Amino acid sequence: MENNIVIIKYNAGNIRSVDFALRRLGISAEVTGDPDKIRAASKVIFPGVGEASSTMAHLRRQGLDIVILNLTQPVLGICLGMQLMCKYSEEGETDCLGIFDTGVLKFTKGKVPHMGWNALEGLSGGLFEKVNEGTYVYYVHSFFVPENPHTIASSFYSTRFSAAMQHDNFFATQFHPEKSGSYGELILKNFISL
Amino acid sequence: MLAKRIIPCLDVLDGKVVKGVNFINLKEIGDPVDHGAWYSEQGADELVYLDITATHEKRKLLAGLVRRIAENINIPFTVGGGVNHLQDAEALLSAGADKISVNSAVLMNPALIDQIAKSFGSQFLVVAIDAKYADGRWVVYRNGGRIATDRELFEWASEVWMRGAGEILFTSMDHDGVKTGYACKELAMISDMLPIPVIASGGAGTPEHFLEVFTKGKADAALAASVFHYNEISIPELKNYLKNNNITVRI
Repeated sequence: MENNIVIIKYNAGNIRSVDFALRRLGISAEVTGDPDKIRAASKVIFPGVGEASSTMAHLRRQGLDIVILNLTQPVLGICLGMQLMCKYSEEGETDCLGIFDTGVLKFTKGKVPHMGWNALEGLSGGLFEKVNEGTYVYYVHSFFVPENPHTIASSFYSTRFSAAMQHDNFFATQFHPEKSGSYGELILKNFISL
Repeated sequence: MLAKRIIPCLDVLDGKVVKGVNFINLKEIGDPVDHGAWYSEQGADELVYLDITATHEKRKLLAGLVRRIAENINIPFTVGGGVNHLQDAEALLSAGADKISVNSAVLMNPALIDQIAKSFGSQFLVVAIDAKYADGRWVVYRNGGRIATDRELFEWASEVWMRGAGEILFTSMDHDGVKTGYACKELAMISDMLPIPVIASGGAGTPEHFLEVFTKGKADAALAASVFHYNEISIPELKNYLKNNNITVRI
């Protein structure tokens, strides 16, 4: 089947960066909040930089929460997208989508936000095909997901946390592959090739 | 481990990269996107573009340039020099900037920090502080180092953090352009005092200066311009040197 990539458009920042990164890879994607187009896509990317409670409220108003939960094609949540795919976030005491059975906590040690390049460890699965242990990726976040059974990569910042997770067709990264240089682009390419 | 960041800074005038010493004697050296792409390949961790254009077309020009950078560069970049109002910040965000840096505008209107942080998040906002030591205190300057304010460096740094700055970019005007090392003592004081990342700027001349700013200066990131532009220090060699001296860097 031909790849028909959709980037979910909602009230969060950083959506354009993902689109630009895909274009650099020669991949065209549609940025849309249309539920029919999202459901019909072969791959769905759920990006985002923003605040959990307001973005979650927006998704509910648009009915996008139900749409995302019922997707069966590969889905990639990025940063806030990943956190919204968890059960609950300490940010704004928010009930989230619950795809990953884990909470999202606030960093209580070290400088916050955790901002910059950190190393990936314990990589597993197709998302990290040809990506080496110790590869650096770019992070900007103040809340984190502890390691849990869904974790497929970790990083360390005062504690070990989930750099990436997977549950069935749902994939997610806490870091920003679209800003993580050539390895970030490789991770995006791996997702598109799943 | 979180890596220490190496950040080349590109001054942009009328859409071209320029470089001068102590904010004067500007020389044109090339296209902002080409320069950024080259630095990214060299292993730069982030880029800072500082627009010093002062014409009426500035705002439109800058948004177009930011979009072109966002399309072509695969690492994060900060844009400074074009933000006086909340709408300017929004325009740069939607053009694709990862962060913006503000300086003079927030000295004249500190509430702008709160507004930007609330609207787009602290992670989007770097507050740049230029300061110079005189008569026993560090005086904060605005307008590219031309106008002294009545602010003191450490008080102002605390205030911008409390108002919601995500990072502080401190330039010692005494050290800038003279390549004798960063203002490590002051940087360490800011870094110890505040729970947000500190970017050191002004004074890099040798790889040892970078090592010093990450150890003695406790900086989270080091910014430099001329040593990178004129190839006096190569980023891959610098990172290897830092790694061999037990600094965590992305290689």
